[in-house]
Amino acid sequence: MSQATLAIRKISGHAGPAPGADVERDYQVCKLIDTTTCIGCKACEVACLEWNGYSFTETVFDNSYQTMPETAWNYWNLIKFNEHEREDGSITLLMRKDQCMHCADPGCLTACPADGAIVQYTNGIVDFQQQNCIGCGYCVSGCPFDIPKFNPTTKKMFKCTLCVDRVSVGLEPACIKSCPTGCLHFGTKDDMKDLAETRAKQLRENYGIEKAGVYDPAGVGGTGVIYVLHDVTHPEAYGGLPKDPRIPFLVRFWKGPAKWIGNLAMLGGILGVTLHYLRFGPKQVDAEKHENGGQP
Amino acid sequence: MSTSQVISSEGTAGETGGRILRYTLSERVHHWLGAFTYCYCLITGLAFWSPYMFWLAVLVGGGPTARFWHPWLGLAFTLSMFWMYKMWRPDMLMTDADRRWSQAMKYYIENEDKKLPPVGRFNYGQKLFFWLMFFGVILLLISGLGLWFVESVPWSLRWLRYLAVTVHVIAALATIGAFIIHVYMGTAMVRGSFTSIIRGEVSTTWARTHHRLWYEQITKRVSAQK
Repeated sequence: MSQATLAIRKISGHAGPAPGADVERDYQVCKLIDTTTCIGCKACEVACLEWNGYSFTETVFDNSYQTMPETAWNYWNLIKFNEHEREDGSITLLMRKDQCMHCADPGCLTACPADGAIVQYTNGIVDFQQQNCIGCGYCVSGCPFDIPKFNPTTKKMFKCTLCVDRVSVGLEPACIKSCPTGCLHFGTKDDMKDLAETRAKQLRENYGIEKAGVYDPAGVGGTGVIYVLHDVTHPEAYGGLPKDPRIPFLVRFWKGPAKWIGNLAMLGGILGVTLHYLRFGPKQVDAEKHENGGQP
Repeated sequence: MSTSQVISSEGTAGETGGRILRYTLSERVHHWLGAFTYCYCLITGLAFWSPYMFWLAVLVGGGPTARFWHPWLGLAFTLSMFWMYKMWRPDMLMTDADRRWSQAMKYYIENEDKKLPPVGRFNYGQKLFFWLMFFGVILLLISGLGLWFVESVPWSLRWLRYLAVTVHVIAALATIGAFIIHVYMGTAMVRGSFTSIIRGEVSTTWARTHHRLWYEQITKRVSAQK
């Protein structure tokens, strides 16, 4: 981001315009996960724990290779293993690295009531600021991917930061660094989108995987984490990846029209009783003796 | 605790020197327990409701502290409400007198009380307020538990998470509307009622004017005791 402000606009004594002038650079970052080349080695899970300083959590047997049923406040990155029956009856294992999707239109941020507890950087990373978090859990209701998790000890919410601390100094996220098959890529959103589409095209044309495609759901304005899937028409098969994720309707209603209606109603109530008092005044008991009044 | 117990709780006559006991100590204590816990939840709830009111959380120790206590004080409010239900349910049931009164409520609003039919210990509006708070707190409790333990609501039933925020907000707004009217009437509009919920007593004139059937009922019993 800071480098963006140091791009040269004008140059003195230079023949012709400044090199690169009028060229737009995309500073939105993106992680690309190619599920077709993931081997489920869990190196990304370990790298995530190591970089973020969490010790390895005890595994929970879930009748699969999966480390635990879902991500946790101190386990932000989890490969979901899904047995899938192909059309010819054979079985395959669909593996999808699950973590925060860094939505362009983040439901967690929409739902959050605490000033500055969730921020979205210009580069697209959605980041929790625990010092401002009040631990209410509204983000859990707002997230269409079930990602934010509550730390009961500190009473703060946690999730994947897309290694914002690494990205901000020009490094790629820890999970990307660790991937041995190269199924994880990191770069600008435009580049990753391009790479993903190229790979999907390759799968369709060279490997006959007709339904291969890119998962970058428009319902949340696109995501900062995109997938190449063998079957993009059925993302649910990859451990419950929603087909058309959106900020839930009731959450949008609550944070939108309900706010206006509610605030106007409350103001109207206060205004109403004030006007009533000015128009009709108090109810005094007629026969009451005024000296002891009985009542104030 | 119905009307008869109000009298007997004093041991002596309910009418002493033109004053009548309207609320027993227990009733007053539970009313104020409810009032303080409700106000706490109101202040902190409004802080979570709108960024423009988040400063309210600062008044009670900051966001995380407000968030920590809100559900616990909400539980205390629920308990006080249930206790009030236990005390007041018989007095809060709608009667034919209330139905007649409700049709003439216009005169009550316009302070033409002489045109109103007589009512018992509580009028139609007070009963409406009581039942709105009672059912409101049940909705707030159920939806509040959903918000408190949101991660325990399974992902497959996630619509319950969304329903919880919506129900909590709607129920809270309904109680706030009723609360505004309740506070206005109890303090500014109906003179004498604020002292009655603090010290417990009202003047006989007050009782005769606002709750004639209740007044007749207790004075009859008092004279019978004498």
